[in-house]
Amino acid sequence: MKKLREYLDKIKPNFEEGGKHPGLKSTFEAFESFLFVPNTVTPSKGAHIRDSVDLKRTITVVIIALLPALFFGMWNVGNMHYAAFGHPDEGFFSKFFYGLGQVLPIIVVSYVSGLFLEFLFAQVRKEQVNEGFLATGLLIPMIVPVDVPLWMVAIATMFAVLIGKEVFGGTGMNIVNPALLARAFLFFAYPSKMSGDKVWIAGLENPSETEKIVDGFSGATPLADLAANATPRYSVSDMFFGTIPGAIGETSTLCILIGAAILIFTNIASWKIMLSAVIGALLMGGIYNVFGSNTDVYMQLPCWEHLILGGFAFGVVFMATDPVTSAQTETGKWIYGFMIGVMALLVRVINPAFPEGVMLAILLMNVFAPLIDHMVIQANIKRRLKRAEAIK
Amino acid sequence: MSKVIKLKQGLDINLTGKAEKTLFSKTGKVSEFSLKPSDFPTLKPHLEIKAGDTVKAGSVLFTDKNQPDICFCSPVSGTVSEIRRAERRRITDVIIKSDGKDEYEKFDVQGFEKKSAAELKQIVLKSGVWPYIIQRPFGIVADAKTTPKAVYISCFDSAPLAVDYQFSLRDDVADFQTGINVIKKIAEAPVYLGLDAKNNADIFMGVTGVEINKFDGPHPAGNAGVQIHHICPINKGETVWTLDPQAVVILGRLFNKGIYDANKTIAIAGSGVKNPAYVKTIANSAVATFVNGNLAEGEQRIISGNVLSGTQITADGYLGFYDNQITVIPEGKEYEFMGWAAPGLGKFSFSHTFLSWLTPNKQYALNTNMHGEKRAYVVTGTFEKLVPMDILPLQLIKAILAENIELMENLGIYEIIPEDFALCEFADTSKTDIQAIVRKGLDLMVAETR
Repeated sequence: MKKLREYLDKIKPNFEEGGKHPGLKSTFEAFESFLFVPNTVTPSKGAHIRDSVDLKRTITVVIIALLPALFFGMWNVGNMHYAAFGHPDEGFFSKFFYGLGQVLPIIVVSYVSGLFLEFLFAQVRKEQVNEGFLATGLLIPMIVPVDVPLWMVAIATMFAVLIGKEVFGGTGMNIVNPALLARAFLFFAYPSKMSGDKVWIAGLENPSETEKIVDGFSGATPLADLAANATPRYSVSDMFFGTIPGAIGETSTLCILIGAAILIFTNIASWKIMLSAVIGALLMGGIYNVFGSNTDVYMQLPCWEHLILGGFAFGVVFMATDPVTSAQTETGKWIYGFMIGVMALLVRVINPAFPEGVMLAILLMNVFAPLIDHMVIQANIKRRLKRAEAIK
Repeated sequence: MSKVIKLKQGLDINLTGKAEKTLFSKTGKVSEFSLKPSDFPTLKPHLEIKAGDTVKAGSVLFTDKNQPDICFCSPVSGTVSEIRRAERRRITDVIIKSDGKDEYEKFDVQGFEKKSAAELKQIVLKSGVWPYIIQRPFGIVADAKTTPKAVYISCFDSAPLAVDYQFSLRDDVADFQTGINVIKKIAEAPVYLGLDAKNNADIFMGVTGVEINKFDGPHPAGNAGVQIHHICPINKGETVWTLDPQAVVILGRLFNKGIYDANKTIAIAGSGVKNPAYVKTIANSAVATFVNGNLAEGEQRIISGNVLSGTQITADGYLGFYDNQITVIPEGKEYEFMGWAAPGLGKFSFSHTFLSWLTPNKQYALNTNMHGEKRAYVVTGTFEKLVPMDILPLQLIKAILAENIELMENLGIYEIIPEDFALCEFADTSKTDIQAIVRKGLDLMVAETR
């Protein structure tokens, strides 16, 4: 390690103003601080000691929390593929490595295209590269269908980083969640590639000549079945454990719950948002159950099953809790989460155009979050004024 | 009848190097003292002496151009050996070389019990004791022209490695009571004491003429700001005076003895000292006598005050006017390979992102490393767990950064001083200097109101 440190110290002057490559200063600093926590010390007045946590650590924990769902997603890509082509008995590893082969290119494309822009903007602004994209870059592959063309991933990622984040000033300044924006961009720009029954399973759309799709096999997701007013063809346990078609990382509620436990225990994501979103969804689902038409399967779906369907769990645990784009006041988080739960089911069940509503619900509430915070802040101010009047 | 107020928010940082409750007696006599204008925010000093003048304890060294009545006095008798200045001739230190004779300016305190509030106030202003009275809002020396709605004294310090007044003031309760009587008369307002609920044999329990409340909870439960918020909150246009118990004792001595007697017992603490213990000294004294030969191996940082809101000084520096402790911790100027990725069994964190949560009672020898780089605010919900007040910390900090005066007022800047947000600064994932931001906001408010 000492050798590496000495080497970095040796080449460091090249990247300073007046050195050989001043245009790569942000890039050098990003890699340097990745390798070594800097030797900077606290200022001479104020808190002389600081918490060990920093943004790198925070993002690392988010990525760790994503891993169970990601690894399961890779396995499930293989699992669904072999089921579609009549080899359901393939071994665990062959399923996993098939999925790895499908998913890894998407992750690489997402990271490369996004980080390229992040480094570019950091350098132009003469700032340090922010770690925020390391989470976004993994979230994007987990919420797209496995058969998405790679060039689309690249365009959507760059759109999200550019329009969703950098135009507002970078990480911490953005209004909507960049990963969801990438998903929404794909959804509205290339609808035929983002919906239907075939995109969710690798190879279903353009099967190679040697493979033959099992007769009668459909890649329809449970949500698509419900939207067509049919009972889903998968059991509740399939939906909970995640052996169903869907976006790469969203299918296994169990793995997402493991991630949620990590995020809550480490105090990184707000349990208030998660809980209130679940309450909102149960309430809305309950209203459908009680007042909805008896012939509408979607309306009569037991309200709790909504929680394990589609992208609800993934969206609520990993997307809605993004601290930058969610409500930032503690009271606001309750309102914000609750509204996400309600809106997600409203779009899901009532709107005929979209079988899934979580993405739109979160994006909508992202936009409303500052308004919710404003209301909470005003309430605090009023309480303060009342206190003053009470004394007089 | 005293209330017990339970506070949930906050954090006790368990550091090694707590001062042993013994008096460290082998130190020599301190010969140099310095009064630093920088200890008093917004002060514009006007020098009343020049280098070479002879002074007594209680002789005026400088006054405040904004409030010429308030005198800042020498803590000892001797000569003004040097007036140190920094850029743009800003005064940094007024150095006094003690003559060891302990001569005092005499103030007429005969029959002070019968003197009027105005007469008492004049004595306090002239003697150099007035600056010990701090006012909220703004955390500055109290404005002598206004009267407060209350006087608040927190009788315990909950900061890491803080001085224990139960030990350092155990023989000073009589002077403390006199100080209380005087401040009550001057302020013409009720006096509140805040006591540690965990202590059943508090030496201040028997103090009369005050309302006593007890506080139970982690740091910052001992901060006057937090206690005021729960007992007599400050609204726009209101003022509360605060003193620490040591200051009340000095005020009491002024009237019991007729002199500015700034003797105090301070704690020398922290993992960077070999013998953490208490020492007897005088306000503003040089610290060399206490730290030379007493420091651990390696580069150490000497802090006048506590680790959360003190001021860094050098080994030939001086104790700050308000400070009752010196803390020494190791500097952290080392790079750490992939430190953010380590499991972190030995890394203290308020978050649970390091495995150190497995050992909640472990004591730490934390150093001064930042443990990361400055970032935009991303994480939310942390500060709320560290500020036991009905205040929105992140929103207030952002209002200060935006210099939005009206919003700062509305969100409660009147109630806080930097130390109340010290834990936020400690735990901030984005590594911003929150106390400096708060001080800037307060200075801006002072500039607006003057």
